[in-house]
Amino acid sequence: MATRVVVDPVTRIEGHLRVEATLDERGVIKDAMSSGTMWRGLEVILKGRDPRTAWAFCERICGVCTTVHALASVRTVENALSVKVPPNAEIIRNIMFLTQMVQDHVIHFYHLHALDWVDIVSALKADPAATSAFAQKVSPSWPLASTGYFKDLAGTLTKFVESGQLGIFQNAYWGHPAYKLPPEANLMAVAHYLEALKWQKEIIKIHTVFGGKNPHPNYLMGGMASAISMQGDNAINMERLDYVKTLIQGAIQVVDNMYIPDLLAVASFYTDWAAIGGGLGNYMTYGDLPQNGIGDISQFRIPRGIILNKNLSEVLPLDLTDASQVQEQVAHSWYEYPEGKDSLHPWDGVTVPKYSGPKPPYQQLDENAKYSWLKSPRWKGNAMEVGPLARMLVGFASGKTEYKDVVTEALGALKVPPTALFSTLGRTAARGLETKLCVHWLMAEYDNLIANLKAGDSATADTSRWEPSTWPTEAKGYGFTEAPRGSLAHWIHIKDAKIENYQIVVPSTWNASPKDGKGQHGAYEAALLNTPMADPKRPLEILRTIHSFDPCLACASHVFGPNGEKLAEIRVR
Amino acid sequence: METHTRSASTYDVLRAHGVDRRRFLKFCTMMAAAMGLDATVVPQIVEALETKPRLPVIWLHGLECTCCSESFIRSSHPIAQDVILNMISLDYDDTLMAAAGFQAEENRKRTMKDYSGQYVLAVEGNAPTADGGVYCTVGGETFLNILQETAENAKAVIAWGSCASNGCVQAAKPNPTGAKPIHELISHKAIINVPGCPPIAEVMTGVLTYILTFGALPELDRYGRPKMFYAQRIHDKCYRRAFFDAGQFVETWDDEGAKKGWCLYKMGCRGPTTYNSCPTFKWNNGVSYPIGSGHGCIGCSEENFWDDGPFYERLSSIPVPGIDSTPDAIGAVAAGAALIGVGAHFISTEVRRAAGKKIGSDTEAQGKEGR
Repeated sequence: MATRVVVDPVTRIEGHLRVEATLDERGVIKDAMSSGTMWRGLEVILKGRDPRTAWAFCERICGVCTTVHALASVRTVENALSVKVPPNAEIIRNIMFLTQMVQDHVIHFYHLHALDWVDIVSALKADPAATSAFAQKVSPSWPLASTGYFKDLAGTLTKFVESGQLGIFQNAYWGHPAYKLPPEANLMAVAHYLEALKWQKEIIKIHTVFGGKNPHPNYLMGGMASAISMQGDNAINMERLDYVKTLIQGAIQVVDNMYIPDLLAVASFYTDWAAIGGGLGNYMTYGDLPQNGIGDISQFRIPRGIILNKNLSEVLPLDLTDASQVQEQVAHSWYEYPEGKDSLHPWDGVTVPKYSGPKPPYQQLDENAKYSWLKSPRWKGNAMEVGPLARMLVGFASGKTEYKDVVTEALGALKVPPTALFSTLGRTAARGLETKLCVHWLMAEYDNLIANLKAGDSATADTSRWEPSTWPTEAKGYGFTEAPRGSLAHWIHIKDAKIENYQIVVPSTWNASPKDGKGQHGAYEAALLNTPMADPKRPLEILRTIHSFDPCLACASHVFGPNGEKLAEIRVR
Repeated sequence: METHTRSASTYDVLRAHGVDRRRFLKFCTMMAAAMGLDATVVPQIVEALETKPRLPVIWLHGLECTCCSESFIRSSHPIAQDVILNMISLDYDDTLMAAAGFQAEENRKRTMKDYSGQYVLAVEGNAPTADGGVYCTVGGETFLNILQETAENAKAVIAWGSCASNGCVQAAKPNPTGAKPIHELISHKAIINVPGCPPIAEVMTGVLTYILTFGALPELDRYGRPKMFYAQRIHDKCYRRAFFDAGQFVETWDDEGAKKGWCLYKMGCRGPTTYNSCPTFKWNNGVSYPIGSGHGCIGCSEENFWDDGPFYERLSSIPVPGIDSTPDAIGAVAAGAALIGVGAHFISTEVRRAAGKKIGSDTEAQGKEGR
């Protein structure tokens, strides 16, 4: 008899996600549903506002991937108004982008994902001396690895557990048969959970230098607000830049000597997960990190492209301005489309929310009906996966040396073939490898900034289009970025200096989408299929695969307008 | 707060950490300083942390963006690790907890039962009230119901951030989901509002350590905000105030004034009408704050800041001349508006009543005013 497993809330994510899975008599997942259970309506709120302020509203879509919506938004308005930002501003934006990517990926690995692989209770049994030896073998260059260090930690953990107040560790899946790390690896991982928690607040100070605060640093349409004055004491100067450089150097140490060694060490115990959770096999990236302006896609560090059916010998082109490529469906979403329409480009998007799910409190959703607040975006009708794995695969398949080097090295270390990438483990590993690329690019972008300053350029903003009196009566534009969780794009229609329409298609909407009209699953759903579960009451396997995507539901579910308003009818310039 | 025999005090846990008494006392002193308290209260902090079990906290997430949680883990004194492992028992928090699904919900219910009247409910985000609450559900139940159920036996409620305190971005016009701040949904409870998008990290941990130390909410203003963090206008403590007084302003982005770090008032800065600790604590352990990095304050801790005009437009209709007095006049107007708005803030009466008295019956630390 089929068993139904419901996980709601899916925790250690951003926002509200529900997963329902149907298991066969052997405990293998045969069908799965991903349901976004929140909706905020940001696009409606943006209507009629000053386009220069849109970034701040959009930034509040998500505080975990803070900055990504702000960046996409300023790019969108600049595209609409034909503003070209100065090189310094572009480099500073790249530095902030990379800071976000590195910090967010590290937090995901240690604080949102690690407890799917690391058994805290097992760590209590670890021998501090053996843990020290293990840690020094895993990473000879990481300094915090003495016997005393692990002995102190083991004491803390024991006392914590004996207190009876287990806090965030209460009632989890400790002792589950799918946990395979030896006690020493578990104790080391707990130590690094805490080290990473201390460190994440350091690297992010780069945002504070240029954006004044984090979360939610400030951006500016036309450039960046943080002026540069190398001879002054009240703007970005040598002291501020030295501080940024020091933070980058610290980040390189953490990523190269803690995160990557930990990732490979943990992964080596879980190579069975290189055959689980592959899912769609279709991957998409818009690309980012411009080196010659956002318009020159050929000069992006992160390349753009599409991979279909795991075919790494071909990278297909992607055009965000082609209305036939990205479309959204609502067959299983709590919205209605006009009669005769089943798939619409965001430019022509129509949104009539109509909740038709069960009245809360409910026990179960119906996979044959509508079951999510997320729409189903598709590329030329294909369900796509976005995020670090998609980016690494597109980079690898595009023949980019940096990508090929880190991927080949990791596969060699784990002694697994390239097909291992199409999996839950591959997704988790790709995030780490991308972090390694990003943290070194961070220093490269810093060097670019210094070189530009040495060449005598200190401009940070183009203000020629700041005043609305300089704008055309109507303008349309789009902007994009690669958020930590994947490809993100915004579209705007400006009319009489106000936002006429604003439309956003978000990474987690691609990944967490429900089935489309053809019954094709979204990426989360597809990745859960055929996963064997050891104990349906303790859904550790579901959490592993869902977390490998790093879900962000506040992003995914903000996007639609209520009351049947026609939200977007936008042509990209 | 009654002592559970099975629970270790903060000091017990710290000692197990290898923290000796000397370092423990130093830590208590730093905490007092972080909260802006006099050195004379250090013994009370020591007493509280030595003898009390960790404070159970249920941290709910409604309609929000999780920026408050992200800010919280940026805290540098105390660091998040110390708060989570040594000071509070974070029994439920979607973002950090290991358990999921019904195990997660069991945790919430267990704390509600075992620590009835003793746990603190921390709320990040707010609740949609339109269409029966279907715009935010957790475990198949509406967030609205979960919020009200969990508040019922809470000892106090912390409304983290502008979403929970004021409504914030999803409640901006036209507020499509009918999102409402916590104080409009929960009555007869002590509620402390900690606005900001997000609040400053050390303000968040400071509020928690204050409650833990004194067993009471700190003194609150008419908006239910802790006076120790929200009594001062940004403008009054801003290091660029001297340029305002001298009439030296940034006129356009990246101009000479911007490079010299002059006043951002003409670029729309909301410092003159915003009450927060940004210029004093600064952000991310004192690195900078928005004005310090060249962008005006957008007033993110003020009610309705999203609908209060485009934030690049100078506070309109009030001319700049009479330079010194203008933003002060604006501040006075804002304060007047605040007084008028007090009627709507019925909850603040509740809050003030709750603020002064201790909320743990056998707690020795009284609700000292702190300053």
